[in-house]
Amino acid sequence: MTSREDWWYDEAAGPLVRPYAMVRGRTRPNAPDLHLVTQVRASAFASDQTSLTVEHREIMALCARPLSIAEVAAYLDVPLIVVKVLLSDLIERGDVLVQNSSPKVPDRNLLQAVLDGVRGI
Amino acid sequence: MVFVGSDGQLIVPTAVKIVIAGGFGTGKTTMVASVSEIPPLRTEELLTEAGVHVDDLAGIEGKDTTTVALDFGRITINTKVVLYLFGTPGQNRFWFMWDELATGAIGAVVLVDTRRLDSSFPSIDFFEHRAIPFIVAVNCFDGSQLYTVDEVRHALDLDEAIPVVLCDARDRESSKTVLVELIQHSMNRLAAV
Repeated sequence: MTSREDWWYDEAAGPLVRPYAMVRGRTRPNAPDLHLVTQVRASAFASDQTSLTVEHREIMALCARPLSIAEVAAYLDVPLIVVKVLLSDLIERGDVLVQNSSPKVPDRNLLQAVLDGVRGI
Repeated sequence: MVFVGSDGQLIVPTAVKIVIAGGFGTGKTTMVASVSEIPPLRTEELLTEAGVHVDDLAGIEGKDTTTVALDFGRITINTKVVLYLFGTPGQNRFWFMWDELATGAIGAVVLVDTRRLDSSFPSIDFFEHRAIPFIVAVNCFDGSQLYTVDEVRHALDLDEAIPVVLCDARDRESSKTVLVELIQHSMNRLAAV
């Protein structure tokens, strides 16, 4: 039995909050260098979260361990661009740390580490 | 921009990626799933038609949005390095998404189904033109090996330097071997430069 409060809403109705409402209509993140695999992680010294939206807080909780932007988007089930905008807010606040390396071809040492790692799985 | 450093203790790893390409139904997501440490994830990028056809500015006022779905997996190499495996989106009209995937990638595995060789031509052309290291992996469905490596190489008109391997994308060890082959190929290419 469903309760009175939720009978009118189900999965088929789609998200109650449209993606662009979550980001207040913004379509571009302020932090420009956010790619699919850019690693993000919640800072150990995050500021007071009471002023954050639910989505921002969900990201903070997910990022207790390092994750790529693509993973954050997949786990939250929202489009990448929305996650990039939300993450750029958190980065500006200093609440989320970023591995700021734009994608470049890995060097020999990194390739060797990846090779050893893949052999070891 | 703000980054690592101020608080020291936390490591934010470096990410590397490998692209798993090939035509529709060649086993891309199967391969990702067989080696990934997590069940493959799916993420969606919202695009406007204006982004899909950048030269066509007509009709922007009626922008239609479309989504590109990307399937990917993850292998944690160590505390400082994470490897992501991305399956390429199937439809050709999402080529620009391939650019983002391929930028900075270790390289690509082009999966080939010998029953539909032609479906792998666009992927091979893509990586050849951008000088991105790639290898060809022939996915032997149900253990069927219809052609030899040399026959496939010839049919695809591949340069001798491009490794061609046989694999079973469902098999973890087999898919691992394919990744190892690609990484070694990328290292050889790096050494040759």
